[in-house]
Amino acid sequence: MLSRVAENIYWMARYIERAENTARLLNVTTNLILDLPRSANVGWEPTIEIMGSEEIFHVHYDIADERHILKFMIADLHNPGSIYASLQGARENARTIRDIIPRETWESINDLFIYTKSNAQSGIARKNRHSYLQKIILGAQTLTGQLAGTMYHDIGYDFLRMGRNLERADMTTRIIDVRSADLLEEEHEENLTPYENIQWMSVLKSLTGYQMYRRIIQIRVRRPDVLKFLLQDRNFPRAVYHTLCEVESCLKNLPKHTQSVKHIKELQHTVLVANPDKLKQDELHNFIDKLQAGLITIHNDITNSYFRRDF
Amino acid sequence: MAIRWGSYKVKGIYDELIRASNKPRDAAKPLCDYLRALNDKEIDEYKAAAELAIHVMGITFTVYSEAEGSIDRAWPFDIIPRIIDKNEWDQIERGLKQRVQALNLFIDDLYHDQKIVKDKAFPAELLQDSVNFRPQCVGITPPSNIWAHICGSDLVRDDKGTVYVLEDNLRVPSGVSYMLENRMVMKRVFPDLFEDYNILPVDDYPSHLYDTLASLSPRDIEQPEIVVLTPGVYNSAYFEHSYLAQQMGAELVEGGDLYVDDKDVVYMRTVEGLSRVDVIYRRIDDMFIDPEVFHPDSMLGVPGLMRAWKAGNVALANAPGAGVADDKVVYAYVPEIIKYYLGEDALIPNVPTYKCNIKTERDHVLENIDKLVVKPANESGGYGMLIGPQASKQEREKFKRLIKRDARNYVAQPMLTLSTAPTLVGNRVEPRHLDLRPFILSGRDTTHVTTGGLTRVALRKGSTVVNSSQGGGSKDTWIVDMEGD
Repeated sequence: MLSRVAENIYWMARYIERAENTARLLNVTTNLILDLPRSANVGWEPTIEIMGSEEIFHVHYDIADERHILKFMIADLHNPGSIYASLQGARENARTIRDIIPRETWESINDLFIYTKSNAQSGIARKNRHSYLQKIILGAQTLTGQLAGTMYHDIGYDFLRMGRNLERADMTTRIIDVRSADLLEEEHEENLTPYENIQWMSVLKSLTGYQMYRRIIQIRVRRPDVLKFLLQDRNFPRAVYHTLCEVESCLKNLPKHTQSVKHIKELQHTVLVANPDKLKQDELHNFIDKLQAGLITIHNDITNSYFRRDF
Repeated sequence: MAIRWGSYKVKGIYDELIRASNKPRDAAKPLCDYLRALNDKEIDEYKAAAELAIHVMGITFTVYSEAEGSIDRAWPFDIIPRIIDKNEWDQIERGLKQRVQALNLFIDDLYHDQKIVKDKAFPAELLQDSVNFRPQCVGITPPSNIWAHICGSDLVRDDKGTVYVLEDNLRVPSGVSYMLENRMVMKRVFPDLFEDYNILPVDDYPSHLYDTLASLSPRDIEQPEIVVLTPGVYNSAYFEHSYLAQQMGAELVEGGDLYVDDKDVVYMRTVEGLSRVDVIYRRIDDMFIDPEVFHPDSMLGVPGLMRAWKAGNVALANAPGAGVADDKVVYAYVPEIIKYYLGEDALIPNVPTYKCNIKTERDHVLENIDKLVVKPANESGGYGMLIGPQASKQEREKFKRLIKRDARNYVAQPMLTLSTAPTLVGNRVEPRHLDLRPFILSGRDTTHVTTGGLTRVALRKGSTVVNSSQGGGSKDTWIVDMEGD
């Protein structure tokens, strides 16, 4: 398989996943803000922090209010993490690999891209936001399903899965990092205690993990258990450990994988030995930084082993 | 009844299907009878079925435009096929093979001994001024001395019914995917007609193309690595590149996917590492294929490709420099070229052409410019042409000056009345002018001519311009065997 083609598949998958994750994040944040008291003062800024795009945002907008942030996160091409920019990226990558992906997937990517663009206004205003975002999430899931069901499962499909899972791991760690810092001043803030449950529920819901969490861990939603679930669960598709196992199994189908498999094993180990009970806010932040660095290493391994065209 | 052949006018022209009012040619009779029996509603249904088939296929064929994923097909399609009897086609096929064989000998001679110039059968000054002669190719011998492996020659027919070659495309001729697509549409829309007729297939083109390319491989191995080199997704013919690659099971590569090492071997960059390439079907113009040799700032090409080709480590189709014979002045000499190399008369005539580099002919052109079509030597797609009878006095004077200043660069031809074929206009038929582009494949041991080719039709009444950008469309082309059963 041509390196360029493999790289296009990998990035197409990352961009589709990114669009879906951003849509989930916005949906859940909208709900959370409705549930919390005004005194909680949880604004929209954390969503841009999660994406690490505060800087770009402030270049283009004066006030970080709901409307501006939604516009920035949904339809702004200046923001490489916006839903529109992500789907554009997915489409541009898909364009040159149309002989690899099923025809209906190419059509679906186009449909979703066009829908996102022409209905952006209904995502920015509150009234129809839920159904707008839901449609994007569903569209991305449809793509995932089509590819699973109809794409040829050779190494091209491994690149697709690696892209999807690394993007997922990246998002899960970002959400844990920012949400835990912003939502929870540990358990000291007396007046917010009744809402702690809701806040951690929102973290789970951003990752569609609430229902699965309740099935697996029946006790009330508590920070250490949520962290344990989102970091270390083997079977939840958005848990960091799960995504790393997926990437590992893909890498093993590819040539030249010794180093990247070694790195991914190390990262899995780091995730599994962590003790969420002891991870207070600062340690958690450092821990997440370490995971992010590990994800970047694996991305670089993949790029260097399979995509490089400068030699 | 919607289609009445009695009111279809063919006076003063040659029509491909209708011999005289209400009298179809033999090969067209079953089709004309079939069409006559249709009512308006049925015609609408067939048109809708064709549009649907194109829409469904269009998604695989056409690159989505930036304008919101619209899937405009580049060319409108007319559902009435153009029919040629196999007996006539066999003659044309022989003529095309003869022509391409002579052109390949000519190109090979120009890059070696230039005997034709020494023997004064071809003027030396034409060669010196040719913009498509590549000095970098002198002395190189591609496999079996073949330079133009894929040739698209445009054929026209005049009012007497004589078929002429209008031009030869020896660089990167395109359009073959439309030929294949048109046939697929027709099979879906008129399956019953395919039962009535013995229509020669065209679908085997990709496999002939594969065989032709494989025969050029410098390595004698079971499965040589063949790639299609495209300028990329924004090229207007990208869908064709992608389609042909898919149909041949070849990799579709861009310049950046290929790499030439210091031993002059070409590789493609794959996830497994470098993988050797044997044959490149390049759809990039000469000047862009290798920045080491041609345009140094070309981003489309591959540095070192010419080194590898010269060393015989990779085959390029078409070979660089083949375009030297793809020049409207050289065209004028093709009958002499055929005579010189093969000792034969051309089986398909050229359109009579006045060469402005020869004084007597130039004088004739200058005196009769209002009756002639004047063409520059190296423009394609109808650019820079003068259509004398339709031009203003100013334009004619301008062209006279151009010809006097740069005589070598101009040829002139009489206005031909191109043949017509019945074409749907609304739910009625009207005659529209057309041409035909067959494709000729030349491999190490074999030559293959498409059965038929791409028929391009000028959809505007009276127009003879068939280019897609100027109101052209296309038709399926049927070579029918009327003696078969």
